[in-house]
Amino acid sequence: MLSYVVRRLLYSVVVLAAASFLVFTFVSVSGDPLAELNIIPNLSEQSRQNVIDRKHLDDPIPVRYGYWVRDAVTNQFGTTLLGDRPILPDLWRVMKNTLQLVLVAELLAILVAIGIGVSSARRQYSAFDYTATTVSFLGLATPVFWLALMLQVLVVQVYEHTGLKLFPIASLNSIDPGTGIHFAIDRAHHLVLPVLVLMVASVASYSRYIRASMLEVMGSDYMRTARAKGLPERQVTMRHGFRNALIPLVTLVALSFGSLLGGAIVVETVFSLDGMGLYFVNALRANDPYPVMAWLMVTATMIIVFNLIADIAYGYLDPRVRYE
Amino acid sequence: MSDDASSAARDLTSGSPDVPLAYGSGVEMKARSQWAYVRIRFLRHRLAVASLIVLVLIGLVGVFAPQLAPYGYDQPNYDNAVQSPTLEGWHLFGTDQLGRDYLSRVMYGIRTSLWVAFFVAFLSTAIGTTIGALAGYYSGHVDNLLMRLTDLMLTLPGLAVLLTASVYLGSGDPLKIGLILAFLFWTAVARIVRGLFLSLREKEFVEAAKAAGASDLRIIVRHMLPNCLGPIIVYATLLVAAAILVEAALSFLGFGIQPPNAALGKLVSEGQGEGFDLWWLVTFPGLVIVLIALCVNFVGDGLRDAFDPTQRRIRA
Amino acid sequence: MPEPILTIRDLTVEFDTEDGVVHAVTGVGYDLYTGEVLGVVGESGCGKSVSMLSVLGLIPRPPGRIVSGEAIFRGEDLLKLPEVRLRRIRGGPMAMIFQDPLTSLNPVLTIGDQIVEAIKVHNPDSSDTVARVRAVELLQLVGVPSAEQRYHQYPHEFSGGMRQRAMIAMAIANDPSVLVADEPTTALDVTIQAQIIEVLKAAQRETHAATVLITHDLGLIAELADRVVVMYAGKVVEIGDVFSIFDSPRHPYTVGLLSSLARLDADVDRLEPIAGQPPSLITPPPGCAFHPRCALSQGRMACRTDVPELRALGPEEGHLSACHFAEELDAAAQPVGGTS
Repeated sequence: MLSYVVRRLLYSVVVLAAASFLVFTFVSVSGDPLAELNIIPNLSEQSRQNVIDRKHLDDPIPVRYGYWVRDAVTNQFGTTLLGDRPILPDLWRVMKNTLQLVLVAELLAILVAIGIGVSSARRQYSAFDYTATTVSFLGLATPVFWLALMLQVLVVQVYEHTGLKLFPIASLNSIDPGTGIHFAIDRAHHLVLPVLVLMVASVASYSRYIRASMLEVMGSDYMRTARAKGLPERQVTMRHGFRNALIPLVTLVALSFGSLLGGAIVVETVFSLDGMGLYFVNALRANDPYPVMAWLMVTATMIIVFNLIADIAYGYLDPRVRYE
Repeated sequence: MSDDASSAARDLTSGSPDVPLAYGSGVEMKARSQWAYVRIRFLRHRLAVASLIVLVLIGLVGVFAPQLAPYGYDQPNYDNAVQSPTLEGWHLFGTDQLGRDYLSRVMYGIRTSLWVAFFVAFLSTAIGTTIGALAGYYSGHVDNLLMRLTDLMLTLPGLAVLLTASVYLGSGDPLKIGLILAFLFWTAVARIVRGLFLSLREKEFVEAAKAAGASDLRIIVRHMLPNCLGPIIVYATLLVAAAILVEAALSFLGFGIQPPNAALGKLVSEGQGEGFDLWWLVTFPGLVIVLIALCVNFVGDGLRDAFDPTQRRIRA
Repeated sequence: MPEPILTIRDLTVEFDTEDGVVHAVTGVGYDLYTGEVLGVVGESGCGKSVSMLSVLGLIPRPPGRIVSGEAIFRGEDLLKLPEVRLRRIRGGPMAMIFQDPLTSLNPVLTIGDQIVEAIKVHNPDSSDTVARVRAVELLQLVGVPSAEQRYHQYPHEFSGGMRQRAMIAMAIANDPSVLVADEPTTALDVTIQAQIIEVLKAAQRETHAATVLITHDLGLIAELADRVVVMYAGKVVEIGDVFSIFDSPRHPYTVGLLSSLARLDADVDRLEPIAGQPPSLITPPPGCAFHPRCALSQGRMACRTDVPELRALGPEEGHLSACHFAEELDAAAQPVGGTS
């Protein structure tokens, strides 16, 4: 088992290195870092030269890449192009916020999806089942940004017509949230709408998957054997059905992590949340390749680690794939 | 058995057309082609058929937008500014602060968004199928390369890659955006087709074709590919929906299609810029996106069932 | 004749499907006596499995429906028992072995766990250790080598034959008085089949259970069965002891089945299948279900309009046939094998 993990990690490092080189080259070749500089009026030639020196923009790409790697590993991913801000502290701050948002949303989504999926499977073809399926289809067809906006519009319209402030529609916290429990409640209050929006797509796809998985398991022969042994129906469902049906969900959640982060990018932009998504979009808009590179590397690492954990968990749950 | 009985039995056994069976069931079966069966099964799904009709109608609106739209895409009319939806003057979707009619804007938006979505689905399916088929059939280097590539793509969130690509490759033009999207989507198709080919490769009919001396190309195109068409078509349909949603997100964030080209996502963001009082500016373009994506998904679901009825599923 | 341990009478089971109502089992009845092996034989879809599954309450309802009938076991009608009582019989006094041991075992639980589960559900007071010891004992009984280690293994680590042994172990764990084996060897290699037949014999010796052997394999019947029930299109067409059935079959379907066997000791130029196809169970033919394919019928009115009753034939005890003209077979009957 240990050798498996080590092998996977080594492989991932290679993949990351290859990816980083490709992306760096791509970004450096297709974008002109100095374009942003040239827009600023009254920029002295000296300042401009400083930036060029600092970022070694005179040197060929492989050399620049080497400097970047050095910065990445030893110097907090270096600094931004303009303003010379260290990247890692900012990135770390926004990463924590985003993880909070994403993990809460995902956990809730899984719980809700299990509830819906299992109930749908138990009551196949019932009104509940049809409704759940239709709602799932709707959820998968709704663009994340639009849903976020509609919720904001809704809250604002309710406020304008009734004076009732349902939920905050922007930011992670109010201006003066206090400390301790007050801070936590304020944060939770602000996260309600973003979490809700992020949950929709996840619940829609997970619940359909769980339903299909449950149905397949419920029709399987070993369920019949369990009943033939005289087991009470509840034990048949939980011990033999449920567990088997949920195993593939682990893989699905792992594979969806990438699109979850994509959703976070959109949600944070719409709700103005100080998270990784907004950070990334701002860096792109500023045409600053260094935070962009740092973001991509950090995100890729997160995804790789997450997938590794999911694989190990899957192996634990399903003995058929162990020791591969 | 007596001789009579046994010879009678043998008559019944012969099964030749001129010796009728003792009992005719009365149910005649007409021989139909496989595609006919797919069509019949698809038509049984009322929701999928209805969705298809709606899609065709929307498509027609997109194609004939210049003729159908009551106003231009970017036609200010300060007399009519800030109108909530009304039947007057055909402002069914209202107008914005500049008096631009949103019904017309949405029509032009449909035109572009649908075009890009189908372009992306078509291109990525074509490329993905080709590469996936080669990788699945030959294994070896092509396969390895493909798997490493998809591994690479899986380690980064799709939207992030697209955003980066659009910043550095240039955005704004529907064709460029379509190419960028296709560049990301083809790997998904390739992976699926590769899987299909890997499992088909072991089937006996491939061995039989090889033994008969068929060339690789002939085997791939004439024997294996037709067996994959069902799943490929279903997946391509789902890609259309995915493409619409992703393109809308890109345009909304400002990294996708930009004026003077129309785009539904861009309309939503422009609407957002005008504040939450003018709620119709945000609602209707988005609603259209939802409608299109929903219909495409229903059609895809119906197709999936039409191609593989062995899977019991909800008749959505 | 001693009292039967299980009596099935007039069992009728239907299934609602998209294409109509499937009459899977119609008016089926037979007796099972203690200690005997009763073979239930017929083609796929003839209702042999559905009958027993219905008795044990294992058919999905809906879409299945037990329209009528009774199944008397130890004085109680199983078909009328509430689920709670029926559960105590399933896996205990009445146990079942299924066809495909790979899909019939839960892949994520160890073999040992699954056997222990069977033990504990009927003996809730027994401790884990006691159950574990018994499970290992059972595995040894059915011939699983290194039972102690195998106890901790998963189904995918067992071979096909061993899995079926494990299933048999699970079924006999609580000393059943009735053991139902549904196509126990169909999913296995021929060489393994022979081994499993031995295991079944051993299981029967150990438990003295009455065994219902459901199969389409006449060779298996010849080897194991004491009496035979022949089913066709959801009905019982013939019942008799195994020798009578093979030596002098009294139903045209049985005759056809036996004639279509490939045999080593007969000099036959071609195999003789039964002409035609099994009938649709949604719209079965009127009268005798077999008449469209029956060489004996020759289109006679009785066959086409009246459903033949299962009746005793002449002097032979316990030999029943559902054919209007069974007596005609008597004269024409010949031992299986040899040319006509």
